[in-house]
Amino acid sequence: MATKAEVLRNKKYSEYIAAITPKTHLAQSLLYAFLIGGIFCLIGQLIYDSFEVIFPHYDHIRLGNITAMVLIAGASFLTGLGLYDKFARRGGAGSFLPITGFANAMASASMEFKTEGLTFGTSTKMFSVVGPVIVNGVVWSTVAALITMLVKVIAAAIGG
Amino acid sequence: MLQRLLTYLIVFTAGGAICALAQILVVKTKLTPARILVIFLVAGIIMQAVGLYERIHNVLRAGISVPIVGFGAALARGANQYAEQHGFIGAFAGGLAITAFGIGIAVVSSYIATLLFRAKSK
Amino acid sequence: MNKTLHTGQNTKWVSCEKQPAPIRKREVVKKMQDTSKRTLFFGNRPKIIGCSAVVGAREKEGPLGKFFRNVETDKTLGQKTFENAEIKMLEKAVESATRGAKLRFSEIDLLLSGDLMNQITSSSYVARKMAVPYMGLYSACSTMTQCLTLGASLVNAGYFDNIACATGSHFATAERQFRFPLEYGCQRPPYAQWTVTGAGCSIIGKDGDGPSITAATIGKAIDFGIKDLSNMGAAMAPAAMDTLCTLFKDTGTDASDYDMIVTGDLGKLGSDIFRDLMSGEGYYMGQDYSDCGAIIYDRNQRCYQGGSGAGCSAAVFNSFVMERLWKKTINKVVFLATGALMSNTSSYQGESIPAISHAVVVEN
Repeated sequence: MATKAEVLRNKKYSEYIAAITPKTHLAQSLLYAFLIGGIFCLIGQLIYDSFEVIFPHYDHIRLGNITAMVLIAGASFLTGLGLYDKFARRGGAGSFLPITGFANAMASASMEFKTEGLTFGTSTKMFSVVGPVIVNGVVWSTVAALITMLVKVIAAAIGG
Repeated sequence: MLQRLLTYLIVFTAGGAICALAQILVVKTKLTPARILVIFLVAGIIMQAVGLYERIHNVLRAGISVPIVGFGAALARGANQYAEQHGFIGAFAGGLAITAFGIGIAVVSSYIATLLFRAKSK
Repeated sequence: MNKTLHTGQNTKWVSCEKQPAPIRKREVVKKMQDTSKRTLFFGNRPKIIGCSAVVGAREKEGPLGKFFRNVETDKTLGQKTFENAEIKMLEKAVESATRGAKLRFSEIDLLLSGDLMNQITSSSYVARKMAVPYMGLYSACSTMTQCLTLGASLVNAGYFDNIACATGSHFATAERQFRFPLEYGCQRPPYAQWTVTGAGCSIIGKDGDGPSITAATIGKAIDFGIKDLSNMGAAMAPAAMDTLCTLFKDTGTDASDYDMIVTGDLGKLGSDIFRDLMSGEGYYMGQDYSDCGAIIYDRNQRCYQGGSGAGCSAAVFNSFVMERLWKKTINKVVFLATGALMSNTSSYQGESIPAISHAVVVEN
């Protein structure tokens, strides 16, 4: 397809582009990611601890679920108000890695396509951004559980 | 009290550090956020599968469960738990079943947000 | 900027500071047969008899703010969707340009228009409203010059008297089309660009007052292997370089023969690359060169490398450039809008980004 001269030219050009393209300020962006990510985790822990005080008889799994749910609902609400992407612009990974980023991705996609109607817009597009997370999560957790089972079966067979 | 403050410090530092690690991937590689999310998710699944996650979580608390790593670990824990309860078929259901709290509220709250608000141009 | 690459013995791109302005002998414009056939000369001098630009609030706040007469502060223009807002904006641009040319819609013989929406729907809906003969064009962000080139050719050939050439883009619709949902928290790299909310329309007429389009060079789809969707400037600069060099060769001119050379939406980074590429070809781009994308936003508006989108070059050309032409502060302009010809599908499939640039020469 591309001639040898073109390949060479493209290679040289991309080296030149790589050299002059401004880079993200690493230290600064790391600091923001650290701060914003840390704050989300801290808020999560605070929610967990307050529910632990209110409902002392709940086990830690239920408290964990409640924490995640509160964070998700809060992030969806912030997304609706148009505030979440404001700290995301600075926070980068600090805002998309926590579970709040997951909620933001879902809420933003579903709001964006509201204009196509609630069925074909919102409902079909809701998972358009978080789809990879759900799909990979289900596939690999299933694989992990099956492997664990297999290991147990083999171990039992050898042991027995 | 001091114990509690120390926990918060650990949570903040650990959570921030995990996010900063992901940010290094953002800046230094051409990986898209979706790819990075999947990488951390799978890391969580692996940690849970080899039995490492529980021990880390006891120390780092929300510092590791709020980032997507915690979601991956929950999926793996559910799949494993259901596989033990229901046998082979449980492995397929467990992940979704146990994370359904989060996904459910995410769907419902997104839907409500959609009804209440509209996307704004920046 | 890393200088070592420029001085490497193998590279043909040299930094602009090191290259003295080459003294080029003026060739007599007689050898039409030697030209590449990519440059069209319009002997009948089709004129731009009316023009108008409509922009959003962010563009108004920029350095060119005082040149923008029609400003829409409401981002939805009172419409239900951003898509409808884009249509409305384009419609307003066509309307006020038509008024500016002292014409009525019924006197427009042809509408040439294009935009960035899926199947150029914005333009088509404007055409529906205007009820005039219409041809939809697509050349990504270089649609404005594509329309001008075709419009000038058709008027020059005598087929039509008045042709409206229009294009526009809206930040919100472009985000959805090419990137992420508006409220999705994503971080842009520092070399990204910001889609301009704006529309522009020029009316090309056979007779009337106004600067005329004397030549146009048709671009080639040039691909230097850039794959990064955020780095549009790097992808498009080679196309602009190719077209401008062809124009210079075909007309026997160089940068000093023009009062202003303006590229479409290369952005700050892209226009630096363009300068470097041009000096590698032996043309020195001086102070008379500027880029619509680089000048439309202020540094502290946090729009990274500047504006992009079809509306960027259309709005800047139809306000800033045309106003100066009309006031005769400048008399000879090369306008090359640049466009990246990729789609989401092609880029997800790992294709590199081809780019195109058409150039028009506008003279008093």
